Amino acid sequence: MKQLWLTAKLDIVESLRARWFQIYTLVFGGIVALLFLFGLTESRVLGFIGLSRLLVTYIQLTMAILPIFVLITTVRSVAGDREAGVFEYLLSLPVSLSAWFWGKIVGRYIVVFAPVFLAMLGAVGWASFKDIEVPWGMFGYYTALLATMALCFLGIGMLISAVARSTDIAQGAAFMVWLTLLLFLDLILLGVMIQGKVAPEVAVGLALINPLQVFRTAALALFDPQLIVLGPSAYVILDTFGVAGYKVFALAYPAALGLLSATIGYFLFRRGDLP
Amino acid sequence: MIQFKNVAKTFRRARVLDGISLDIGLGERVALIGSNGAGKTTLIRCLLGEYTYDGSVAIDGRDPRSNRTAVLGDIGFVPQLPPPLKMPVGQLIDFSASLCGTDPRRIHGIAKRLGLDLDGILSRQFVRLSGGMKQKLLIAIALGREARVLVMDEPAANLDPEARKIFFDLLAERLDNATMIISSHRLDEVSSLVNRVIEMDMGKVVLDDRVADDVSLSGTLACRIVVKRHEQAFAKAIAAWQFAASDDNLVWTGRIAGPDRLRFLGMISRYTALVSDLSLAEN
Repeated sequence: MKQLWLTAKLDIVESLRARWFQIYTLVFGGIVALLFLFGLTESRVLGFIGLSRLLVTYIQLTMAILPIFVLITTVRSVAGDREAGVFEYLLSLPVSLSAWFWGKIVGRYIVVFAPVFLAMLGAVGWASFKDIEVPWGMFGYYTALLATMALCFLGIGMLISAVARSTDIAQGAAFMVWLTLLLFLDLILLGVMIQGKVAPEVAVGLALINPLQVFRTAALALFDPQLIVLGPSAYVILDTFGVAGYKVFALAYPAALGLLSATIGYFLFRRGDLP
Repeated sequence: MIQFKNVAKTFRRARVLDGISLDIGLGERVALIGSNGAGKTTLIRCLLGEYTYDGSVAIDGRDPRSNRTAVLGDIGFVPQLPPPLKMPVGQLIDFSASLCGTDPRRIHGIAKRLGLDLDGILSRQFVRLSGGMKQKLLIAIALGREARVLVMDEPAANLDPEARKIFFDLLAERLDNATMIISSHRLDEVSSLVNRVIEMDMGKVVLDDRVADDVSLSGTLACRIVVKRHEQAFAKAIAAWQFAASDDNLVWTGRIAGPDRLRFLGMISRYTALVSDLSLAEN
């Protein structure tokens, strides 16, 4: 356990000094600042006003940015470290492979999740200061959703890093994964369904296994239970699960997917050549 | 102590190690030499348990892959190229010391002996240190613990003569209780440090020979050089070896580390036409 925390701490310190982290933090902090600056808390959309409006917009933007950001930065730094000889040296020290791999995941998870969460926390702090009502239920669920999203894509990123032997291949693979998930979003599936090329069950099934779609549906379900802004797959899914059931699924499934990917990545990592 | 039995490693279709079998005993100092691509680094990585391989590798009967922490706890490793770590020097020392179960002050002490005062650079990123400083720190981390096997890839390449001399002294202190594997692509760089030479080529051992063990690692040679005229380039080069000049800058005297004699003569050979007299005397 000591080795795991040492590795996690090491990864945190390495990340804090990396340029990608500075940009990453700036992006999410900047989004919240801009949303306040543009007076989003004063605007009204679909009946939403105040901080709820800001949080909904923030999570929509985060869902668009965070997955690709986490995927690319994870595979770039892990595969890049391997290529640059960092693994050769650090893995010559007496650290177990499980402590190394999972320690890296823990450290990176903290680094990836902290700026996203702190930005949201900053928004809540500012709202409290300005006497804007804080929707705590929504804040809590969105926090959990973001935590799950970070875990999911971090796990996938670590799997790709374990499989790919070079930074270029890892980066290309990460981009392809993200693109594939994007192509199977509900609204695109809707188009395919209209053309009659897939059965509705297939479209619903695809929407259910696509973590991007799961997050999208869950985030919007909170403020639009009828989901008029989403496609039919989401509607069917919500109809089947119910809002509460789907909210649980939207946290459990991506977390399981992330952990499963990371576990497969770990076994591949320890089975092959390390540097 | 270290056993390689029919070790083979293939990358895609390229056979990088081709049935290596070696026995290296306690106290042996082995020069692992060979040109680029001979398989030296791959063999070292197999020893460190970083690569999978066919055959078997054992240190005191333990497989470095399946007993990682126990085996690596006994190995001090200095890589040829320092890793581009962004972490501060202080954290690298604490991290290594914690994993190796040693006192960070011991690493500080060795770094200080090598001429690297860590107190002023603890918060500086490792990657921002000069090549020599990185090398000294990595050596200090490798030697600052109870390692019974020292694996070093061109360890003295970036060190100045003074630091090299101290490095040889540090190795001399470990002669009785450590096995050393020193990798280099040139024998003259390491010949005086070792008592066994293993040469590799195309993934095979092509030479495995004992060498005379007459050079004391901690011994020094008194040297006197007379030059025909003063030349700035020579003065600069010899001053780097801590030599002192006579008033007319024509006679230079100093001491060089015993294992460094070939390297020193290699430097002097660049000024052959300038040198009118040269003497080297063992203590």
